[in-house]
Amino acid sequence: MQLTSIETLLIILAVALGTIITRFTPFILFPESKELPPIITFLGKTLPPAMMGLLVVYSLKNVSVLVSPYGIPEAISLVIITILHLWKRNVLLSIGVGTLVYMFLIQVVFL
Amino acid sequence: MKRNELKHAFKLAFPHTIPVLTGFLILGIAYGVLMSSKGYPVIYSVLMSAIAFCGSMQFVAITLLTTLFNPLEAFLLSLMVNARHLFYGISMLEKYKGFGKIKNFLIYTLCDETFSLVSSVTPPENVEKKYFYFAISFLDYSYWIIGTFLGGVLGSFITFNTTGLDFVLTALFVVLFIEQIRIKQNRVYGFLGIALGILSLILFGASNMVIPTMISVLIVLLVWRKWVCN
Repeated sequence: MQLTSIETLLIILAVALGTIITRFTPFILFPESKELPPIITFLGKTLPPAMMGLLVVYSLKNVSVLVSPYGIPEAISLVIITILHLWKRNVLLSIGVGTLVYMFLIQVVFL
Repeated sequence: MKRNELKHAFKLAFPHTIPVLTGFLILGIAYGVLMSSKGYPVIYSVLMSAIAFCGSMQFVAITLLTTLFNPLEAFLLSLMVNARHLFYGISMLEKYKGFGKIKNFLIYTLCDETFSLVSSVTPPENVEKKYFYFAISFLDYSYWIIGTFLGGVLGSFITFNTTGLDFVLTALFVVLFIEQIRIKQNRVYGFLGIALGILSLILFGASNMVIPTMISVLIVLLVWRKWVCN
């Protein structure tokens, strides 16, 4: 522990304040009492799928396709998750099997 | 009456949060262990998780806690790393409308995983929406805190090989992405997010990809609306 207790608490509050601002700003800018501008309604409908796409890329951002194992475990797991999910459409099954396959691949196959 | 409704909502919401339970316990434990390895007693990691509740930023904040005291830098970095929440908020303006006091809690705990679930899962008919969303938000929030606590207290004793288990959150995002783009009108926007995300990753690198993606998504959506939707 390099900082004092007070300094640590202040860092926690500073990080929290930054987070809280990013979470509350849209709701403060567009309160319920006012009609939403059409452009915001449009963004409210189109941003969720776009942000889900971003989250998929974001969660894989540290995978290197240039260094062994070249992202192969991730690619195999993603293909299995996709096929399984389109076939059975069971969220927990797709996620569970996909994760177990991934763990098997990186712990046993691509060691 | 109200208490029963809430209980009912938790029962229905819980299965949806199981992947988050797994992922948050693992990552929360990892965070708690890392913090205690830097000499921070469990109270600080739990406080950070409970007050700031911002996953990846908390890992970034470890470097801020192990260097010279600079709260302004911590604040600005937090704004940048968490900027994606702005778009989650815009997405939830309609959904969280009219929820009363509970809404503040829903906004306070709106993380990547809760956003993904709330925007992709349709609440069952027989449950009040706001309780269902509250249950998802509350469960996800508590998993993170519990994980952090466990990591801080008994982290060094855990020997089970969990390598790769955090992939559960990637899997969750992929599955919910598929759920989103099953709806035809969403498809083009989903692939837009993927394409611009990959482009930003290549151009700006792993640690700086979010804000360029957000800006480019916003520009393309606004231009798209002007030229295609009109």
